[in-house]
Amino acid sequence: MLSGILIFNQKGENLIFRAFRSDCRPRLADIFRIQVISNPQVRSPILTLGSTTFSHVKHENIYLVAVTKSNANAALVFEFLYRLVMLGKSYFGKFDEEAVKNNFVLIYELLDGKPIPLYPNNPAKATSNNGFFHFPEILDFGYPQNTDPDTLKMYITTEGVKSAIANNPTDSSRITQQATGALSWRRSDIKYRKNEAFVDVIEDVNLLMSATGTVLRADVNGQIVMRAYLSGTPECKFGLNDRLLLDSGESSGPSSSRGGGNGLGTSKATRAAAGSVTLEDCQFHQCVKLGRFDADRIISFVPPDGEFELMRYRATENVNLPFKVHPIVREIGTTKVEYSVAIKANYSSKLFATNVVIRIPTPLNTAKTTERTSQGRAKYEPEQNNIVWKIARFSGQSEFVLNAEATLTSMTHQKAWSRPPLSLSFSLLMFTSSGLLVRYLKVFEKNNYSSVKWVRYMTRAGSYEIRF
Amino acid sequence: MFLAVAPFTPTNGSRSLNRQGKVAELRLELNSGGKKDKNYSAKKIALKKIVANMTMSNNDMVALFPDVIGCMNLPSLEIKKMCFLFLVNYSRMKPEVALKALPILVDDMADNNPLVRALALRTISYVHVREFVEAIFQPLKRLMQDNDPYVRKTAAFCVAKLYEHDKKMVENSDLIDRLNRMLKDENPTVVSSVLASLVDIWGRSESISLTIDYVSASKLVSILADCSEWGQTYILEALMAYVPQDAAEALLLAERIAPRLSHQNSAVVLTSCRVILYLMNYISGEKHITSLCKKLSPPLVTLLSKPPEVQYLALRNAILILQKRPEVLRNDIRVFFCNYNDPIYVKVTKLELMFMLTTKDNIGVVLAELREYATEIDVHFVRKAVRAIGKLAIKIESSAKQCIDTLLELVDAKIPYIVQEATVVIRNIFRKYPNQYESIISHVLRNIDDLDEPEAKAAVIWIIGQYADRIDNSDGLLQDYLATFHDETVEVQLALLTATVKLFIQRPTKGQQLVPQVLKWCTEETDDPDLRDRGYMYWRLLSTDPATAKQVVMGQKPPITAESEKLDPRTLEELCLNVGTLATVYLKPIHQVFRAARPRRLLPSPALQRSHPEDGTGNMLDYNPPTANMASASTSSSGLATITTTGDPITPVNAPPPPNLPLPVANPVGAAGPSNMNEAADAADAYFSGIGSQQMASLDLGGGGGAPQSQYVVTQNQQQVYQPHLAGGAATGELLLL
Repeated sequence: MLSGILIFNQKGENLIFRAFRSDCRPRLADIFRIQVISNPQVRSPILTLGSTTFSHVKHENIYLVAVTKSNANAALVFEFLYRLVMLGKSYFGKFDEEAVKNNFVLIYELLDGKPIPLYPNNPAKATSNNGFFHFPEILDFGYPQNTDPDTLKMYITTEGVKSAIANNPTDSSRITQQATGALSWRRSDIKYRKNEAFVDVIEDVNLLMSATGTVLRADVNGQIVMRAYLSGTPECKFGLNDRLLLDSGESSGPSSSRGGGNGLGTSKATRAAAGSVTLEDCQFHQCVKLGRFDADRIISFVPPDGEFELMRYRATENVNLPFKVHPIVREIGTTKVEYSVAIKANYSSKLFATNVVIRIPTPLNTAKTTERTSQGRAKYEPEQNNIVWKIARFSGQSEFVLNAEATLTSMTHQKAWSRPPLSLSFSLLMFTSSGLLVRYLKVFEKNNYSSVKWVRYMTRAGSYEIRF
Repeated sequence: MFLAVAPFTPTNGSRSLNRQGKVAELRLELNSGGKKDKNYSAKKIALKKIVANMTMSNNDMVALFPDVIGCMNLPSLEIKKMCFLFLVNYSRMKPEVALKALPILVDDMADNNPLVRALALRTISYVHVREFVEAIFQPLKRLMQDNDPYVRKTAAFCVAKLYEHDKKMVENSDLIDRLNRMLKDENPTVVSSVLASLVDIWGRSESISLTIDYVSASKLVSILADCSEWGQTYILEALMAYVPQDAAEALLLAERIAPRLSHQNSAVVLTSCRVILYLMNYISGEKHITSLCKKLSPPLVTLLSKPPEVQYLALRNAILILQKRPEVLRNDIRVFFCNYNDPIYVKVTKLELMFMLTTKDNIGVVLAELREYATEIDVHFVRKAVRAIGKLAIKIESSAKQCIDTLLELVDAKIPYIVQEATVVIRNIFRKYPNQYESIISHVLRNIDDLDEPEAKAAVIWIIGQYADRIDNSDGLLQDYLATFHDETVEVQLALLTATVKLFIQRPTKGQQLVPQVLKWCTEETDDPDLRDRGYMYWRLLSTDPATAKQVVMGQKPPITAESEKLDPRTLEELCLNVGTLATVYLKPIHQVFRAARPRRLLPSPALQRSHPEDGTGNMLDYNPPTANMASASTSSSGLATITTTGDPITPVNAPPPPNLPLPVANPVGAAGPSNMNEAADAADAYFSGIGSQQMASLDLGGGGGAPQSQYVVTQNQQQVYQPHLAGGAATGELLLL
């Protein structure tokens, strides 16, 4: 498995070097610097030299590198590196060179296990919660152990002094039991006066539209985030308008309609009216009983305390596109490009999208631009080669137009403009592109308390691209 | 809190001063405080600074070793941990000082507090010093039966660590037996740790075998749900050691593992894929296989919404799985379309998959998409897109016209690298469909002046030579190139030689002045043995019997295919047993990349299903030479780029000329260099088989010589030519196809 974890800054200085095996020699840091950081030709996240493999991810301005010496499980290596990024972000807010330099000890301890204050950036919270927890090692002999920030929350203890916890044998064994137990993500003694659960359904809608207006690809990556503030050991059941569950009688459903692909034809309305969604695939938090989902598609789980990502899903059928964009771009000779971009909101007039940003690419040799919009503001950003058109509030069914003109400088070397796609970002509340709805969330607990549940829906732009 | 950090690159002059000052300062700080310092806060701060300086200051901190050990016994777990960190880091440099810490660690292993016991055990087993290793054995046996699962878990990993330090010592003890017994532990985390440890030991041993029977495998699957995501991965990896004896058992296990495919962690997903694909080898019944394949498909596609590195891995594995179980990837090809912002390694792999999945039904959509890619900025990617269009023309005969039209549209944009790439693929199209599309020759020749890359020049020269009788000014065009004959690369010179001979044979009047001149250059004025030998060959051929010469030079050429360079069954089988590992990124026989990796094979059992006839044993020999080459190649700084060339049977043809070779060498074996007699002999055979350009030579190697590559793949040898400026691309291991 992993022989070592290294962290570099962009200059190639080795900030963190932690070897887990004796075959991870210090000179490997130089090799990585020479072969990857200072080599502009490198285009792969994986480099094998001799028997040593460097797998790296770049985050902010640092390189996180895993060194392996055998044919290691690459999925595990990258999952771990990303987990490290996530942990870094949750401790330092921003996980960059500065954070690393200010927290050397903390990072070494992260890798090796250590009591750590839970809210280092928020002392107020820390004192109110007495927020210290013991962090078990996240790697042993290069094998990832406990890395789940959810798992870490259970280590919050009531004592204020960190060393006191760990130095006390009974508390210690409680920690060890939890670190190795079956329900490792939850303590048993959680109490809330008011039992509440918040469910956020967040969808990223991806679109790729060709220059002729045909939808090449439209799909939805959804994510259900839950904040559970529930006492005891609650057993939750979660119901969606999942078509496989609702029409469990007709098993032929998904395969027969799959042929239709992403067509946005008339069947959309009827399907949505029937109120069911075909989920192409689901992935769950480790608390969900996968066996049960596999057998009868019931999502049943004992939630961790606080916020966690319950599931992710993918839907490709009947995707409701919130915005329709019609770009007309004309290159006039070699000196001018004319744009006319119309955008129409395709959702109910009761809803409105916020932070709608349309990025309209301009040729690299653009000298100046002029823009006119019927709503919002447009600005030319030369460093991005974009005209950025921002509309703060975009209500349903409305349509806005931008007219712009880019004047080009003449170039000696005339190369055709590659016309990158126009892209959109937005967020739209109380709307799901897939049509997904939460039907119920039931909480069963032996104390039989009543609980309040809240659901919120949001659709954002994933990669929403329109070619022209 | 801000910690002082030593300057990164102190200048040479001030450096030693700086270092001593820093060390002395920290030592003073560490020893300050005295009795007043009740919580040892001064010591803690000093230790933090020392740890912070460990990596950044070139080991200056080792001078503080004795002082740090002095702090180790203080009753604070926090201090202890920092001291241990220091110890692990520097014990190898100063083993004699490290020894002073040994008694403290041994004491700690008997501490009341399970966290302290585990910490001490973990620390001591990281120290690569003989006395430390020896001191662990007895306490370890005790701790393996500790009543705390956390300690037992740590002890399980400790055995693998000891095995790394000293194989013999572990093999001679009963530790591995004890570790095996720990599999009965009631705690799932301990069990998964034991398995990880056992698999780790297995991977580094020649003698230890790992087998799991059905009852154990079934038990392991049942505890999967109770393990952490990493624990699940370790258990799934260990399940590869289970050899099903019965198809029903294999099916049952596969179905019980299938729910794991919905896990959030891609390591769990891909390792589950690996186990299920493995078990499918032992499952009979089309229906079961189909249903399992259906389950594998959506999770693989879902991985495409993960970070790019994971996407890349999923895509590489998709290429693999597509060859083994095509039914898994029966979904819409559009999921593999590139996003504008995908990293290049993702784009290129998607392109390969798109090529593999294109059929005559979806070629319209694919061509439109490829055309789009051909206008992007990244030159390397654009070239691959253009090449893919050409290869599709060869792969799908009924759509060839459509592909050619797309190519010609691109050529009209006059972007130099697109024109060059298109020229090369059009040459291949002519080769594949003789007498069908020659009407576009004039279109191609229109851009002849834009070509400056050897490969493109060689391609256009081939076209001129092959169709010398249809191109009115073919002699003029050749003459233009011949004017700079001596400045061209060998590849172009070879093409020129052959083309001139072809011209002479088809239009003797026009060629009769050129041929003697070119033959003279090739035989007398060149240092390149390939060129000279080919020159002599033509010379003799033409002077002995012009009729035969015509038959040989203008003869019927064997057909070419665009089938992707399919992995041979043996490599495919091995890689499928390693889904999700690093080797699947390279898609090469595992031994070529990871020499130390322990081989995995499908083990025979009554339940094993064989879909293809076993022809593996013969291949083993053919794969040895590349492996041998690897050994020397991998040490060079260019690393992977060299790996890729070794498997190519025509290496000697394109290899740069060995310098200062004495001229009058009659023996082609010697000429091709001492590296590989067989290859050289084959290459020589290829010349004398008389089929013009080196592309055809490679074909003959494949078909005639009975070499493993019985199929000639269109782009196989172009790859080499592009490597110098695409070293990065090579490093992504993307050489499989395009």
